[in-house]
Amino acid sequence: MKQVLETPAGLPPAKRASWLLADAGMADVLKKGLIYTALSIGAITMLIPFYWMVVTSLKTPAEAVAMPPVWMPEVPQFVNYGTALEAAPFGRYFLNSVLVTVVSTIGELFTTILAAFAFAKMKFYGRSLLFTVLIATMMVPGELLIIPNFVTLSNFGLINTYAALIIPYLASVFSVFILHQNFVSVPDELYYAAKVDGCSDFRFLWSVMVPLSKSAIVAITILKVIGSWNSFMWPLIVTNDRMLRTLPVGLQAFTTEAGTKYELLMAASTLVVLPMIILYLFLQKNIIMGISRSGLKG
Amino acid sequence: MIQNPTLKSTMKAWLYILPMMLIIFTFNLYPIVKSFAMSFYTDYNFYDDVVHAYGLGNFATILQDSDFYLAIKNTFVFVLGVVPISIALSLGIALLLNQIKFLSGFFRTVYFLPFVTSTVAISLVWNWLYHRNYGLMNYFLGLFGIEPVLWITDPDYSMLALVIMAVWKGLGFNIILFLVGLNNINETYYKAAKVDGASGIRRFWNITLPLLGPTVFLVSVLGVINSFKVFDEVYALFQAKPGPAKSTLTIVYYLYEKFYTEYQYGIAAAAGVVLFVIIFAVTLIQFAYNRKFVHY
Repeated sequence: MKQVLETPAGLPPAKRASWLLADAGMADVLKKGLIYTALSIGAITMLIPFYWMVVTSLKTPAEAVAMPPVWMPEVPQFVNYGTALEAAPFGRYFLNSVLVTVVSTIGELFTTILAAFAFAKMKFYGRSLLFTVLIATMMVPGELLIIPNFVTLSNFGLINTYAALIIPYLASVFSVFILHQNFVSVPDELYYAAKVDGCSDFRFLWSVMVPLSKSAIVAITILKVIGSWNSFMWPLIVTNDRMLRTLPVGLQAFTTEAGTKYELLMAASTLVVLPMIILYLFLQKNIIMGISRSGLKG
Repeated sequence: MIQNPTLKSTMKAWLYILPMMLIIFTFNLYPIVKSFAMSFYTDYNFYDDVVHAYGLGNFATILQDSDFYLAIKNTFVFVLGVVPISIALSLGIALLLNQIKFLSGFFRTVYFLPFVTSTVAISLVWNWLYHRNYGLMNYFLGLFGIEPVLWITDPDYSMLALVIMAVWKGLGFNIILFLVGLNNINETYYKAAKVDGASGIRRFWNITLPLLGPTVFLVSVLGVINSFKVFDEVYALFQAKPGPAKSTLTIVYYLYEKFYTEYQYGIAAAAGVVLFVIIFAVTLIQFAYNRKFVHY
């Protein structure tokens, strides 16, 4: 039986390709064809909602409700975006979302890096007990905590403030857990060597540990940014003031304001979705690494 | 070197974890205890945070509330719809993706795209796709001669509409986890099987699936936990209503209504505790099943 399982590694790439083609029988070509067809059908299904969102946002009101559907508007109506931005303070919502996302992400990174370092490298009483308790809290659905957290914040008089949107999200057990895994893998010898050389813990953390764990830090940062940007239930509950709405809350409110003007609704939805898609397209390797490493989310 | 903790090293370490602990204690640890306590508050004034009476009244109330049973039923239907379909589809897609090189990165990007988007925004898009007269869904069905379906307003179809959207949104996340799982399977098993003349189907059942057991387990546990907490999708897809005739009223939606629109904090907390107990019990069952049937 002469079945070759591997491409001869010695061949140059071009030759290797032709070697593969020569080896591939009709059955293989057919199989590959079927795989690509199935995956393409799936990909189109995934993309249709996005395509329909963008295309609808560029239609005239008549085109939006035309049947059979208009696949490409006659003249793209970019004016819809202007109209949507005027119909509701989306500029303000956008700035609110940016502020909340940026501040809570920076804050969370700060608290996470310090705590993960202590748990990974420092020896102290209560370490394993505390770590276990923290991990156990990840079991509890966050929705249950909304009620007491609302009461706590209203006792502090913080309902309807930016603080209410930001403060509860300045730390995350999930992020500490992920970063801790990474910090543990940095060899202890490095830590002790630095100590012998008179390097302080704080300096060691920021000039050695953090750069060594860059990809994990980028991953938790992106997951945090996506989660914060898209967060809905908490901002909905702690803000009544229109001027404090984040994008998802403002968009949801806009559905009652815009009523049946689907081209405006889709323009607004595009504005909400686009920043995260751009971020994702640039940093997808890190996002996927973050997810595959943790197998967990928010 | 420094092997045992000292008082000094403990003080120093606590200083490092202090910022994180302040937030986690106030907004994670304390509220866990507090919400369990609140579920026993039967007479509570939240303005001054004074409790006038304790008891099991809240649990009695929700257990007599037909809406709560409806919410539990709907949530289970949602979980049992989304999780198996999503696992089957994402496993299938991951297996296909694993067999190609050209364009596989592109496909992965596309399938994962819904995961990074705002649930609210994308639910509005689906609301539009499901539109009875102008929606693409009914247009496509019409091409096959199927009568328009009232996805959003017919109680018989609203749950299906919700499940389809949730599967679409979560697919990419599961695909990534399955691809990692497939990557971890040692290539030599397949080579050995090929030499022994095992067919592709046999290789799947006897090598891929057993060795993928831990990943299937992980994906199903995460899927179940997340699906039990469904709220944003319902709220946005059905325009701030729990579906027509409460057909998509879920446990978290019930909690939200009791808490936010009716100010019944104790009852809402009791509903939350029941949700926690359900999730905990289902996860335990999954772990027990895993121990029995999944071999590493």
